[in-house]
Amino acid sequence: MTPTTVALPHIVIAEAKAECIKVLRLPRFVIPTLAFPMLFYAMFGIALNRGASAGTVSVSTYMLATYGTFGVLGAALSGLGIGIATERGQGWFTLKRASPMPGIAYVLAKTTMSMMFSAIIVLLLFAMGAALGNVHMPLASWLALGATLVLGAIPFSALGCALGFAVGPNSAPALINLIYLPMSFTAGLWLPIEMMPRFFSVIAPLLPPFHLARLALHAVGADSSAVLPHIAALMAFTALFTIAAVVAYRRDEDKTYG
Amino acid sequence: MSASAESDVVARFHDVTKRFGEVMALRDFDLDLAPGRVTALLGPNGAGKTTAVRMLLGLTAPSAGSVTVFGGDPRNAGTRTRIGAMLQVAKVPETLRVGEHIRLFQSYYPSPMPYVEVIEAAGLQGLDRSQFGKLSGGQKQRLLFALALCGNASLIVLDEPTVGLDVEARRVLWDRIRRLSDSGRAVLLTTHYLDEADALAHRIVVIARGEIVADGSPAEVKARVSGRRIRCITTLALAMVQGIPGVSSARQSGDATEILAAVAEPVVRELLLRDPTLSGLEVGGAGLEEAFLSLTREKVAV
Repeated sequence: MTPTTVALPHIVIAEAKAECIKVLRLPRFVIPTLAFPMLFYAMFGIALNRGASAGTVSVSTYMLATYGTFGVLGAALSGLGIGIATERGQGWFTLKRASPMPGIAYVLAKTTMSMMFSAIIVLLLFAMGAALGNVHMPLASWLALGATLVLGAIPFSALGCALGFAVGPNSAPALINLIYLPMSFTAGLWLPIEMMPRFFSVIAPLLPPFHLARLALHAVGADSSAVLPHIAALMAFTALFTIAAVVAYRRDEDKTYG
Repeated sequence: MSASAESDVVARFHDVTKRFGEVMALRDFDLDLAPGRVTALLGPNGAGKTTAVRMLLGLTAPSAGSVTVFGGDPRNAGTRTRIGAMLQVAKVPETLRVGEHIRLFQSYYPSPMPYVEVIEAAGLQGLDRSQFGKLSGGQKQRLLFALALCGNASLIVLDEPTVGLDVEARRVLWDRIRRLSDSGRAVLLTTHYLDEADALAHRIVVIARGEIVADGSPAEVKARVSGRRIRCITTLALAMVQGIPGVSSARQSGDATEILAAVAEPVVRELLLRDPTLSGLEVGGAGLEEAFLSLTREKVAV
């Protein structure tokens, strides 16, 4: 007799729903994940650069794209990176693996959650930009920017997933912030890369958020270079991080914690 | 017997060895689990109980031999729809409610146990809407138990289910576990409490250092592991001491001879009769740990 299983999409939907509910009720996730990009955008994108322009657009428009990228990256790194590492450490992930839930459902659910969170961050930043930052764009640009950022959660989720399986449960929060903040700065998410020393424009393309930021800037009309190389780079990073996640997951299999 | 025994096997460890680098966690391990029966894996920490459970749940693969559940490999998610597990979990996502946790785990299984039955069987009435983080220790343990049974699986694996529970809560959980096996499920339970294995199991398998050192009904195993430790200095030869009726094992420990026996008095009487010069007599309870070790030594001696 062959045992029947529940269709994967059903499990992914149930798991994603639970994941979203779980995280939305968790202030220590919600508050920093939303507050960081909003505060930074309010300060550097709106308050300190009122009326200034960055290339062809206003600073508030330019930074809507870059702090949007920053927010999406943060949601994925804490949601998947810290989330997975923590649940591994608590033994909760082991119970999940012992259940009939396929491992891929767990990862897809957390990716869905990070996309949902990205959408919330994007909407909040949009509201700030429109209401306080004097951002004026055609509707198509708003939609293109929003879609770019929410889809951008996918490569970052793959990175979060690889880190979540690779790093030790206790050191995860510190280690992941140590990656998140310097990487954001170096990739030009805090200050326009054009304003930074030349050194940064050499190394920034090695970092995935740089490419999402270029696509986001393209959506608001601040970058006229070709989009395809950036899309290709993000897809390559996604593949690379997925492989790294699988390798880290397998290495973790025989370990137990606690 | 053989044909029916074959179809009565829910899960089977066949000649299983598991190595972690240099360490042999489990060696030549054979065990069949039958429906309607509670099997207890009893042993001290580090004996290999958790390794056996992890293989049964597909969390890790044997280095040699095979582990099957209903003939399938537990590493496949399909096979695991027939297994429910309660593991030692330090923390469960705290912001999900009891009901949300149960419904999520139910969604993994093709024919889960009805929700109301799960709540009833785990004793979680009235707690549906409580977030996990707000539960008491005993209630948390009951939720983990609920997650093990909500899939309506035929094999239930419970890894030290009563750790941290008070006496009253332990007894209540024992009753619930009994009801699982009464309903025809095979239950594998690990514990390091002999009284727990005794109260619940139809069969007790004692493991120490990765090997089975005793296997039988609670009465049989109890006779071997629970008893008295007699210590004395005697001129009697070890072989003769071992021959005294009621002695389950004897060994030399420095100047003294150490004897394990189910009941001390007849053995002491016999010792004093045979050796009037006997001195330094001490009689004490044999701790479980000690009893396990004596069993291991017996095994090695054979």
